[in-house]
Amino acid sequence: MEPFTTLEGVAASLPQDDVDTDQILPTPWLRDPKADLAKGLFGYLRRVPADKTESDFVLEQPAFRQARILVCGSNFGCGSSREHAVWAVKAFGIRCLIAASFADIFRENCLRNGVLAIRLPAEEIEGLHRAVQSVKGGAPFVVNLEEKRIRCPDGRAIAFDISDHEREALMLGLDDIGLTERHVSDIEQWENTSRRSLPFLQDFRIAPFNTSNKPSQ
Amino acid sequence: MGSSLIDKIWAVHRVGQRGDGRDLVYIDRHVLHDLHAGHAFASLQRNGRGVRRPDLTVSVPDHTIATRRMPGSPGRSGSSFADSMRSGSARFGITMLDIDDPRQGIVHVVSPELGIALPGVTLACPDSHASTVGAIGTLAFACGTSELEHVLATQVIAIHKPKLMLLRLDGTLKAGVTAKDVALHLIGQIGVAAGRGFAIEFAGSAVRAMDIDGRLALSNLTSEFGGRTSIVAPDDATFQWCHGRECAPKGAAWDAAVSWWRTLTSDDDAAFDRMVTIDCSELAPQMTWGTDPSQVAAIDGRVPDPGTFEGKARSAADRALAYMDLQPGRPLAGLPIDRVFIGSCANSRISDLRAVAKFVDGRRVSPGVTAVVVPGSTAIKRMAEAEGIAKVLQEAGFEWRDSGCSMCAGVNGDIAKPGERCISTTNRNFENRQGAGVRTHLASPLTAAAAALAGRIVDHRKAAE
Repeated sequence: MEPFTTLEGVAASLPQDDVDTDQILPTPWLRDPKADLAKGLFGYLRRVPADKTESDFVLEQPAFRQARILVCGSNFGCGSSREHAVWAVKAFGIRCLIAASFADIFRENCLRNGVLAIRLPAEEIEGLHRAVQSVKGGAPFVVNLEEKRIRCPDGRAIAFDISDHEREALMLGLDDIGLTERHVSDIEQWENTSRRSLPFLQDFRIAPFNTSNKPSQ
Repeated sequence: MGSSLIDKIWAVHRVGQRGDGRDLVYIDRHVLHDLHAGHAFASLQRNGRGVRRPDLTVSVPDHTIATRRMPGSPGRSGSSFADSMRSGSARFGITMLDIDDPRQGIVHVVSPELGIALPGVTLACPDSHASTVGAIGTLAFACGTSELEHVLATQVIAIHKPKLMLLRLDGTLKAGVTAKDVALHLIGQIGVAAGRGFAIEFAGSAVRAMDIDGRLALSNLTSEFGGRTSIVAPDDATFQWCHGRECAPKGAAWDAAVSWWRTLTSDDDAAFDRMVTIDCSELAPQMTWGTDPSQVAAIDGRVPDPGTFEGKARSAADRALAYMDLQPGRPLAGLPIDRVFIGSCANSRISDLRAVAKFVDGRRVSPGVTAVVVPGSTAIKRMAEAEGIAKVLQEAGFEWRDSGCSMCAGVNGDIAKPGERCISTTNRNFENRQGAGVRTHLASPLTAAAAALAGRIVDHRKAAE
């Protein structure tokens, strides 16, 4: 995973609450294995469906087409668990999302793809939206993960919270599966114990089709 | 202090704690679907890893496969996603319930139907509706593609233990009010984010009185209020329902399992971080009017005035009414509709189809309405055909399809046309979910069937006469 240390770039504001992953990456880009996910990000909002008029969606505005940071509302990424939504955010060039809250699975998906998902209290989010909107993409914001600080173009700094473990995993680009593989002996031990205490948990068989698909017994 | 049901299953399956403070929780059953399996298989291979327990893993294609047979074609057509799932499953030694297997179906329908999901078992599935099987006492984790790969490689999930919520649904439901109506009403009451950070236990007399299919529909909508997992304590109805299923334990192993399952209830003094009680005794059938599942009203109610909402909820309602092409204050009943979809992991089970067939009984789908029924599994489809349900529905003018996710997610191309109004028994009414510009109203199978016959939204309790 690509390490995340400091990010400097244009920030865009999308204050809407409850933005679901069907909006972040709509189905037409999901169902095409070769789809350009960068184009698919907010696909319908950027290209008004069934209508050729130009969208005024924030990421379609010239000043924000290079956005690296997206400031959102609350419960961002709700709905479908599709990790493609995070892949699309990243493909567009956004490495940092800042919101009042994120849906549980979406935030997990961000962590595992090196996308920094920062939670801020509602009042601070409002202030940050105002700062982002007033700059209009004309000056960069800086997100420093080591210092846990967002620096606005006017010099103001906003501190944010993230657990030390998550910060370390992002900064070093740690391999999540690798972290668990260190515990393989615990997993083996659990399997052996469980075979004795609750045998049906480990004793599972499902017959392949053709050899036996008749109802058993 | 006592333990909750979720605490008990968690404690049994907790392998240990990782250096970063996450619990490692063993996954007894891992069910994959076609939309995400191929990615995870490819990534495993790229990283030189294998599947730790292919024997505990099952592949089920449902999202991307066709539900309509091509004229002249002897079998069902698959997709490139199903192809990737097939080759990956073969490579890693995972059993796949392929499109020609009579056990194929929507993964959340098939898992309990085959006894893959069972009480007290932990299950992972790369889909937000994994919690469906919580209805039979399975602790299920919805996950993304990277987590799917993690479970394939290690057979555990690395997770912070969520907070616990007890959601009590009390009261006797009125005639014609279903588990789906309860779920929609609940989401309307607590909002789309109430379950974020929580594992939820459903309890209360209304839940106890539901049959297993009803509980499955209720648990299915957990994701729609932000929950990642939910559960119902298993009871005699659950054990009876699970008994004899293909992968359920048999003989002495069954007896041993049941005696453990009987301990899987929350102790009276178990602690919960949040408790919510909702009385369901006065509930009417429900229908969504907006573009998130909390924007819901009684079927005999009206589209609300966004001016009655505060702040961002007001702008969300304004936006929803514009998208849905609805005027504030108008009754839901009477709105003309174009399409009806009966299917999905929310409502496609045999009891749903029986209720619909009984309601339709000799009447016809309104001219101009496209009405489609997609059974939740091939087994349900065959059962419905044997019982004469398929015949009733086809003679009424419903399309009778093969099982799959179909128009719930539209990933297989089953979508409606721009601007169409669709009454759908699915779980998501998001903008463009069922096709660009499609206006989705979520409802129960009975409400959907009544709309199909009338060509407009109606209260099925009145339309039955």
